[in-house]
This record gives sequence, C-alpha cells and structure tokens, in this order.
Amino acid sequence: MSTVSPGFTGRRRDGTELPPGQYLTHEFPVLSAGPTPHIRTEHWEFTVTTETGEQYKWDWAALMALPAEEITKDIHCVTRWSKLQTTWKGVSLDTLLADVETGADFVMAHSYGGYTTNVPLEDLLDGQSWIAYEFDGEPLDPEHGGPARLLVPHLYFWKSAKWVRGLVLSDTEDLGFWETAGYHEYGDPWKEQRYAGD
Amino acid sequence: MWQVATVADVRRETATASTIVLEVPDWPGHLAGQHLDVRLTAPDGYRASRSYSIASAWSADTIELTVEKVPDGEVSPYLVDVLKAGDPLEIRGPVGGWFVWKPGQEGPVQLIGGGSGVVPLRSMLQAASGTSTPMRLLYSVRRPESVIYVHDLKELAASDDVDVHLVYTREAPAGEPRVGRIDAELLEQYVYKPTDGATTYVCGPTAFVEAVADLLVAAGHDPARIRTERFG
Ligand SMILES: Cc1cc2nc3c(=O)[nH]c(=O)nc-3n(C[C@H](O)[C@H](O)[C@H](O)COP(=O)(O)OP(=O)(O)OC[C@H]3O[C@@H](n4cnc5c(N)ncnc54)[C@H](O)[C@@H]3O)c2cc1C
Repeated sequence: MSTVSPGFTGRRRDGTELPPGQYLTHEFPVLSAGPTPHIRTEHWEFTVTTETGEQYKWDWAALMALPAEEITKDIHCVTRWSKLQTTWKGVSLDTLLADVETGADFVMAHSYGGYTTNVPLEDLLDGQSWIAYEFDGEPLDPEHGGPARLLVPHLYFWKSAKWVRGLVLSDTEDLGFWETAGYHEYGDPWKEQRYAGD
Repeated sequence: MWQVATVADVRRETATASTIVLEVPDWPGHLAGQHLDVRLTAPDGYRASRSYSIASAWSADTIELTVEKVPDGEVSPYLVDVLKAGDPLEIRGPVGGWFVWKPGQEGPVQLIGGGSGVVPLRSMLQAASGTSTPMRLLYSVRRPESVIYVHDLKELAASDDVDVHLVYTREAPAGEPRVGRIDAELLEQYVYKPTDGATTYVCGPTAFVEAVADLLVAAGHDPARIRTERFG
C-alpha cells in the first residue's frame, strides 16, 4: 500500500539499521503499567521454580558473588523507540540456570509489583539474557527496573521484565501481562511481532 | 492491518496542540484509554510511526486524537501543523488492554493527567458520561493557555457528574493563588481516599507519572489499583 502523507519528509537516519517501524532515541524512555516498586537490595530475592516445583534461590549477596558480564546491546521497545549500544552489567542466565534440573520449554518471569512476561527457555540461554543490575556503569534506577531486571535484548523490551523476582519453568506456554493485553506472545522486533496475530 | 483514515477536521486546542478528527470506515470500536499507531510515509517511501491515545469515546465512525507538538520531533509537528482536512492518515488499532476504563467496571474513578496525558482521560470522561460512575479529574498544566479541552472541561466542571480540579505549575490564572506541582497535600485534598475503592489512572510525561504514582503509594493507595501510562 502506498499512502503518501502530503508534506511529510521525515528525519532520515544516518545509515543505522533498525528493526521495521522503530526510530532512534538517545533518551531512555520509561514505560510500565503501574507505580514503580522500590525494592531494597537487602530484601531482594530471586527464585527459579522448576516444572516439578523445585526451587533455587539467590539473595543479593549471592547474586553479587556470581561472575558478572559487561553487556553492550541495542534495545527495541514495542512503543517504537530503539536505543543503540546500551551498556549493562549483570549475571548471565546460563550461570544462574547451570545447576537447575529442567526439561521445560517455557518460562514465566515474575516481578515485584505483580508484572509477568512469558519467554521460551531457549531464548534465555546461550548468552542471550541476563539479570542486569547496572546500566551505564551505575546501579540500575528503580524506574528502569532496579535493583535488577531481566535483560533479553533480542526481543521487544517488555520481555526484559523490570524488578524481576523469579522465573517459573513450565512445560506449557502461558501468557504474561502484556501478552494477555493484546501484545504478541513472542515479540521479535525484526519480524515486527508487536500485537497478537502479527 | 494498517488502514487509511481520512482527516475530517483539525482543531486547534492550544498554541502547540491540535485535535485531529478522523473518519475511519468500519471502525471496530474501542475502549476508553486505548491508543492507535499512526504511520506517515514520505514520497520516497520513508516511514515513521508513533502511538497516540484516542481522545474520544466510541461513537459511530469518527475518532479523535489530540497531539502535542514536541519541539524537534519527527512526527508530532507534522500532525499538529501540516495535516489538514481531507488528508489521508494511516492508522492501526485500537491497541492496549490495560490502561482502559470499561463501563460497568466497579468503583469510582480517579483521573490524574499532566499536559497531553489528559488525552486518554478525556476518552474515559466521555465514555462515563451518563453512567453512574463517579469520576474525578486532577489535571496539571503549565499555565492557563496550555489547558487542552478547555470547553469540555468547563462544561464538565459545571455539571454534577465529574469533579474537575486544575493545578498550574508555572503560572496560574487570576484568583488562583496556588502555583506548583502536585504534592501530597494536594492529593489528600482532591483525590479519592485509599479506602474509597477507586481505580486511579495516571497519564503524562514519565517524570510526572513517576512523581504522582510514588506520592499515591506513599499515601497508602494500593499499587494494584493504580494504572499508569507514560508518554515516553
Ligand atoms: C501509548 C502512548 C500513547 C501516546 N499518546 C499520545 C497522545 O495522546 N498525544 C501526544 O501528543 N503524544 C502521545 N504519545 C507520545 C507520542 O507517541 C510521541 O512520542 C510524541 O508525539 C513525540 O513524537 P515525535 O515524532 O514528534 O518526536 P520524536 O522525533 O520521537 O522526538 C522526541 C524527543 O526526542 C528528541 N530526539 C529525537 N530524535 C533525536 C535525535 N536524533 N537526537 C537528539 N534528540 C532527538 C526530540 O528532540 C524530542 O525531544 C503517546 C505515546 C505512547 C507510548
């Protein structure tokens, strides 16, 4: 379809390739469904629950004791902004899940404040996701998900659950908060999977 | 699923904001608070899209958007200053299933908007008019000239259905002594109490939404009853 908008020229990008429908921002917009939870690190806890109900837990000190990685990735929000070369520090999910016994295919991430989002387990492994606690060399701000958030940069950013408190592994795929509110179950920015059915 | 709407009218709201009235054939209807995606295409095929809240309640086949011009923005200056009646506009939607108010939803409704954050709240006000749902609107603006929907709001304020209160952050009209941001005291005075069972909708620029939502939680409001929408 070619509906030209009379008089629109647009602001061209400088050759950087972005997923379809995205525009570049140098700011760091905030989008969330409710008030920002303020979680003190001494109260923070992260739990992985397997499909058989077995639980693995880390408190803040245990998370800090794990080997951390510096991560530089582009991020893409479903509301159409993309931010290039963002820098984070965090613990790889490969590290956290190394000793977890599971045959499950699906994960529901749960957050302080009640937010949830679903992700296939294979999308969290092999260097694709982290529990991030620093952004740009500083502790992660509460409004950006601090003290710790899931970081899954290859999917739309609502999958990178802020204020993450745990993962629940499952053999069946359930839908999370935005996924039940009309957004795509998987959310690949390069395939422009914004809304259910895309 | 993009579709081409026709601009029926563009109405100036303030020096920097316009309401765009769209004729949309076969509009499926929407819930108050939902938004649309708008897509612009240059003659050479270059495209840009942004999200805009729907400003009106569902009525037959026109819908309204209200856009505030962002200085140096790519899309909003076009929508506010260039777009005119008769032009086509590509849209997709309605979108969003959380920041919405549904007729029949339980309890009173507290609306708190900052700047163009009043847009989806106006849709809720329209959708609730004539129902028995009590609504209150607390609307923060820089100065009297920045008030969007002045006429609607005057009418609403004069009726018994809705309680409207404006907060001026930079410059107040004659007779209004208070100039300043929303604070705990003001919330205490103008919003439902935590025990009233209200659902609260807060919309506007990120810093505004953060500040107001934090104040509400600190005042004892249940975070689960506070819905927020941040415009970027
Ligand atoms: C769900 C939702 C609903 C919304 N509803 C409304 C609504 O009802 N009304 C409304 O007015 N808005 C609404 N918005 C905001 C809207 O989508 C746009 O973000 C807004 O109109 C600005 O778009 P723009 O293209 O004009 O500006 P952009 O081009 O996106 O620019 C935004 C800011 O970034 C800066 N910037 C952009 N590019 C660069 C660059 N390369 N270098 C430096 N700085 C840069 C600009 O100077 C400007 O300050 C909504 C947003 C969401 C997510």
